[in-house]
Amino acid sequence: MTVLAIIRATLAKDLRLEWRSKDAINAMLFFSLLVVVIFSFAFDPTAEESRRIAGGLIWVAFLFAAIVALNQTWARELRNHVLDAYRVSPAPANPLFLAKAFGNFIFVSVLEALMMPLFVIFYKLRPLGPAWELLPIAILGTWALVVNGTFFAAISLRTRSREIMLPLLLFPISIPALLGLVNATTAVLTGEESARFWIALLLAYDVVFTVACLLLFETILEAE
Amino acid sequence: MSYLYAAYIATWMIHGTYLAILARKYSRIRREMESLKKGVSG
Amino acid sequence: MKRGFPILAIVTALLLSFGLYEALIGAPTERTMGDVQRIFYYHVPSAWTAFLLFLINFAASVTYLIRRNAKADMLALVSAEVGVVFCTVVIVTGPIWARPVWGIWWAPGDIRLTTTLVLWLIYISYLVLRRFSTSGQTAVIAAVVAIFGALDVPLVYFSIWFFRTQHPSPVIGDGGSLDPRMWHVLLINWVAFLCLAWLVCWTRYQLEVAARQVEEAQALQSLHEVSR
Repeated sequence: MTVLAIIRATLAKDLRLEWRSKDAINAMLFFSLLVVVIFSFAFDPTAEESRRIAGGLIWVAFLFAAIVALNQTWARELRNHVLDAYRVSPAPANPLFLAKAFGNFIFVSVLEALMMPLFVIFYKLRPLGPAWELLPIAILGTWALVVNGTFFAAISLRTRSREIMLPLLLFPISIPALLGLVNATTAVLTGEESARFWIALLLAYDVVFTVACLLLFETILEAE
Repeated sequence: MSYLYAAYIATWMIHGTYLAILARKYSRIRREMESLKKGVSG
Repeated sequence: MKRGFPILAIVTALLLSFGLYEALIGAPTERTMGDVQRIFYYHVPSAWTAFLLFLINFAASVTYLIRRNAKADMLALVSAEVGVVFCTVVIVTGPIWARPVWGIWWAPGDIRLTTTLVLWLIYISYLVLRRFSTSGQTAVIAAVVAIFGALDVPLVYFSIWFFRTQHPSPVIGDGGSLDPRMWHVLLINWVAFLCLAWLVCWTRYQLEVAARQVEEAQALQSLHEVSR
């Protein structure tokens, strides 16, 4: 099978299974909703203040929700010994990784699309800067979290306390991406500064770590 | 000035804690070696 | 190394004592900050030592991935552990210095301290991974994590650098040029810490060698009992 065919097949399977069960998306939605509502009680900010803090709040909520999705990334494969099969077969492992990463990217993006209107309403958000920039920020930022998250989820498979290992590994490595995400979003919302540098940083982060993941995925897959 | 002493004391407490951890590890390994030796000769 | 150990231990003790004396008494008092500035003589050399140890870890990790040599793996583990110890010293002494000088415990824009914090977090997660791993090839996975950490550090540095240009804040660190006598004390303490690091690393390395031998022997013993 060609690389593209493997990616398409795996991705389609995962999306279909998720559509039927809606496990991940429900958990993620519930969690994000909780964060939005609770913080809106805690702060009750004016429109001015909310523009300053919303960037951080939104991405913290999405990050924790993404962890929910990431934790179950490989669960199905583990149960059905798919990873063992991959280790034995001559098929390249990278298409599997990419399919999983794309799947997670889609799940988290769907969550973001669903949650954004709620954030706008609850925090009375109206971006003062160029609002269109939020799209590349979201795309690059989500990929940054998801690509490393999928990789570390695979590493966490062979550890005790799997659910703790993933965030523990992911958070320090994701700090530049999180800084970029939060500051870029705040820059666009407040309109006080340009988000350009942060977008460039996110792009650099994505390139560096996507390459690193693709180069090293086979190594960690075989190491288990 | 208490800040100055706090910093120096903290430094040595951190190093000391690690060395204490190593000492405990060492005694555990010694115990395991003893029990292995007994297992072989027993 | 076995015979050199006592000599190194004595040299280290001497250097540390001398360095401590120079730092607290011998060095001239700084004009603006006063005596609190003397924390600098422990804070900075600890940072340099920690960074060197993490660099060794990176080199050992890459070597391990290429050669799969057990010694490289043990060196990686040892340098990570001792590096975290020195890094903890940096992160603890930094705020203790910052508080009396700037009135705040932490400045998010302080590029050096924040980068050090991220390095510390990365290596804590590295050590936890090594402890919690159930894989037979922990060394490989740990080496990969070390590489990811190394890739991350320049990105962290740049992101905080830019953050600081947008949100200027006090920098905890040396302010301006250094009196040559201060350099002198700084270097003495650095050499002392390097010797201490070498001493502790060597000890930890021997412990690890022994631990792995014991583990192997225990495994062989239980195999032997099963086959009886």
